[in-house]
Amino acid sequence: MSNPIFEIVKPGLLTTLQDEGRHGYQQYGIVASGAMDPYALKIANFLVGNDGGEAALEVTVMGPEMEVLGDAVVAITGANLSPRVNGHSVSMWKSFAVKQGDLLEFGQPVSGARAYISVAGGYDVPVVMGSKSTYLKAGMGGFEGRALDKGDVLSKGEDVVGVKGRALRPEETPVYEREMEIRVIPGPHLDAFSEDALKTFLSSTYEVTPQSDRMGYRLKGPKLEHQTSADIISEAIPLGGIQVPANGQPILLMADRQTTGGYTRIATVISSDIPYLAQAMPGCKLRFREVSVEEAQELYRERERFLRTIGRVATV
Amino acid sequence: MNLSYAPLGDTGMQVVFGNEIAKETNQLIRRMTDQLKDHPVEGVIEWVPAYTTLTLYYDPSVITYQELQDTLQNIYQKVQEQREAASASLVYILPTYYGGEDLSHVAEHNNLTEEKVVQIHSSGDYLIYMMGFVPGFPYLGGMSEEIATPRREDPRPEIAPGSVGIAGSQTGVYPLTSPGGWQLIGRTPVKLYDPDQEKPILLESGHYIRFVPVSKEEYDEIEKAIERGEYTVQTEAKEEVTP
Repeated sequence: MSNPIFEIVKPGLLTTLQDEGRHGYQQYGIVASGAMDPYALKIANFLVGNDGGEAALEVTVMGPEMEVLGDAVVAITGANLSPRVNGHSVSMWKSFAVKQGDLLEFGQPVSGARAYISVAGGYDVPVVMGSKSTYLKAGMGGFEGRALDKGDVLSKGEDVVGVKGRALRPEETPVYEREMEIRVIPGPHLDAFSEDALKTFLSSTYEVTPQSDRMGYRLKGPKLEHQTSADIISEAIPLGGIQVPANGQPILLMADRQTTGGYTRIATVISSDIPYLAQAMPGCKLRFREVSVEEAQELYRERERFLRTIGRVATV
Repeated sequence: MNLSYAPLGDTGMQVVFGNEIAKETNQLIRRMTDQLKDHPVEGVIEWVPAYTTLTLYYDPSVITYQELQDTLQNIYQKVQEQREAASASLVYILPTYYGGEDLSHVAEHNNLTEEKVVQIHSSGDYLIYMMGFVPGFPYLGGMSEEIATPRREDPRPEIAPGSVGIAGSQTGVYPLTSPGGWQLIGRTPVKLYDPDQEKPILLESGHYIRFVPVSKEEYDEIEKAIERGEYTVQTEAKEEVTP
């Protein structure tokens, strides 16, 4: 039984289905993927009454135009890409009802880079290795392993009604600036860098370049010098790892990063700041600040407690 | 060997087993992952073994960095006291048709005949040190220097899945269509990555690969059998000399 919900009229720049990612298979070389902004993903799901880890549409900078094929409750979170229904703007971070024949579309990007569209009942696509996330390079998961295109029809996973009007408090919604401070834990290859490299990295501004995608962001800024070589024996690379090849320009590793790599890394972005990075557009300026593991893990637990509260309220 | 530990952000930990690529290190890492499999540590989400490191990803609301380090140090103690070797290794037999575009170049580069290159390449068992790069790609060790050949200067934009190649003193198999600069010497019909299978990835680190030469006709037959779902990849138990 299928419950069609959206037909793609215009696909936008890059619209894919993403959930929390594919976990447990990185040891076989399977890329984790998943929502670039896992925070916006979870909130989008909670607001319509789903589990936080359900898949949503990840919309990039220029959003799609979609015809609504059946009544449903949806929510849009993350970047403000000027969402509209039948020409009228709709609130973000708040669930609302759409009905058959409505046109959901996006306009100018206002802040952030990636928005998430959840639907009560989730999207009906196969679960591949425990996840609905799309990994484009291997044509895996999501909607036929690819980005959405004109004429594609998405269906609801479960035919639930959902609850509209559920919202985050305005003070709880994140603000995406063009200049951000990103917190990092230094290492693990500090020995491979010159004495000044970490100091340079933590005291300079780096710009996000246009060579940036779901795999990683190339940054531009003061060169980070190596002692001798930029190469290491290949090893696992984490989400938020900051790789520095021989040219001394850092690369931030994001959701679609390869599982392993052979370049030195100077630091790792803490998980609480990944959602902000996910919203950084080319031209954004980043500054990095060192925090301790203990501090970062306390921030992680705080965020988990907050998400649990939202999840509980939303599913009552 | 003393292990060292390093945080990878707030949800990752790297355990470092020295800085030498060695079979013994691979065995040690394998014994650790055997333990993690048999006695799951609460909060550990997954792990990635590599040449000299084992990386763990975990949930800090369940286990802290320090708690995880203590737990792993205990596991390591236990592993060192164990007399028995790591869980048995398998040799995966990959029937290979040695008709690759670069076979003649590899032969010329090393002043060998093509037959000799094939004989050398198919005579050893290759240890899978780690998996990564792309889904299902094995990083192999143990190729003879006699057939080592530098990468191509102009990488090919598209290499077919199953292609067997040489890059420097490394050999490997492409699991899916990808660009690459390896010298292609042959091709196996066996699928290292098949998203439609329950176990989509054939190989696992710590096991071995053996390339067995087959004719073009045999290759075609096996390929057809695979398409019909009637082919099982052959494996053999690896005779290990316990260190």
